[in-house]
Amino acid sequence: MTVEQPNTPSPQAGWPLWEVFVRSRRGLSHTHVGSLHAPDAALALRNARDLYTRRSEGVSLWVVPSAQITASSPDEKDPFFEPAGDKPYRHPTFYEVPEGVRNL
Amino acid sequence: MSAYEQPPGGGTPGPEHRAALALGDDALVLAQRLGEWAGHAPVLEEDVALSNIALDLLGQARTLLSLAGDEDELAYLREEREFRNVQLVEQPNGDFADTIARQLYFSVHQELLYGQLAGGRGELAELAAKAVKETAYHRDHAEQWTLRLGDGTAESRRRMQSALDGLWRYTGELFQPVEGVPADWEALASGWRNVVGAVIEQATLAVPEGPQSSAWSAGTGRQGVHTEAFGRMLAEMQHLHRSHPGASW
Repeated sequence: MTVEQPNTPSPQAGWPLWEVFVRSRRGLSHTHVGSLHAPDAALALRNARDLYTRRSEGVSLWVVPSAQITASSPDEKDPFFEPAGDKPYRHPTFYEVPEGVRNL
Repeated sequence: MSAYEQPPGGGTPGPEHRAALALGDDALVLAQRLGEWAGHAPVLEEDVALSNIALDLLGQARTLLSLAGDEDELAYLREEREFRNVQLVEQPNGDFADTIARQLYFSVHQELLYGQLAGGRGELAELAAKAVKETAYHRDHAEQWTLRLGDGTAESRRRMQSALDGLWRYTGELFQPVEGVPADWEALASGWRNVVGAVIEQATLAVPEGPQSSAWSAGTGRQGVHTEAFGRMLAEMQHLHRSHPGASW
């Protein structure tokens, strides 16, 4: 899929695509919830509010032009992710989680 | 005076009931108009935005009309002349610029009015304190779009200016005192002109010139006199309930 640059929306191609991230409450990270079209950042934020936070889902919103996201490719899946599989010492499993910490 | 201006328990209708009816009808009629955009807005995102605003207004209408009587009866069984909304809110959607101009004029008014009422006491103040946050968002939505259409392409600019000019004559009624609404109407009118004027100027458009306080060419919606398009809108809004009384799903 091709995505228009945020600052050059053409009427034919429609408005650029934006990715939306919502922080559901304080202390948690922003989580990707979906995407939307908007002519600019200010309206993207407002559209995100209407589409994703109308039922008290969040306390903070980020919008990012989809074109600005660099993604790993499915072809690179093996070299990127496979080597981590058999290295348990890379996982933080040798610690005791302190009591009362829910989001470590 | 119509039967629908009677308070729920019978007796003499107080100013509070007339106030709730006027403000409730404003919200109800504008909600119905905005709801007409559902499935027809220029883009999906605006479809949702306008429907959200419509639902906010519908919620206000339900609270207000319940203060004045039975909400369903008031919404579905009154005749045109018994509605007390300002003529601005019943104006047809037109193109997107017409809808945005109507939103700008009305939401600035509603935000300022609810802001004033929120400081008072009673049921109206309670509703206003809650609703003023919603209306602030409605105003922001209208403002954002006025700026973009006014300062956008030659075509959007032409349409936005023509929408602002066309609806200007319906704005005077917003500042006619309503019995039972304890507002400072003069402050409301001057506050409205400041806010709306600033937005229009920032959008590089011209503030419409037209009749002001003494010679408004519209402004009897509060007395039950409405414009031609209102009857058709009511017919659509009330048709189902009148054809199938008591229908529910």
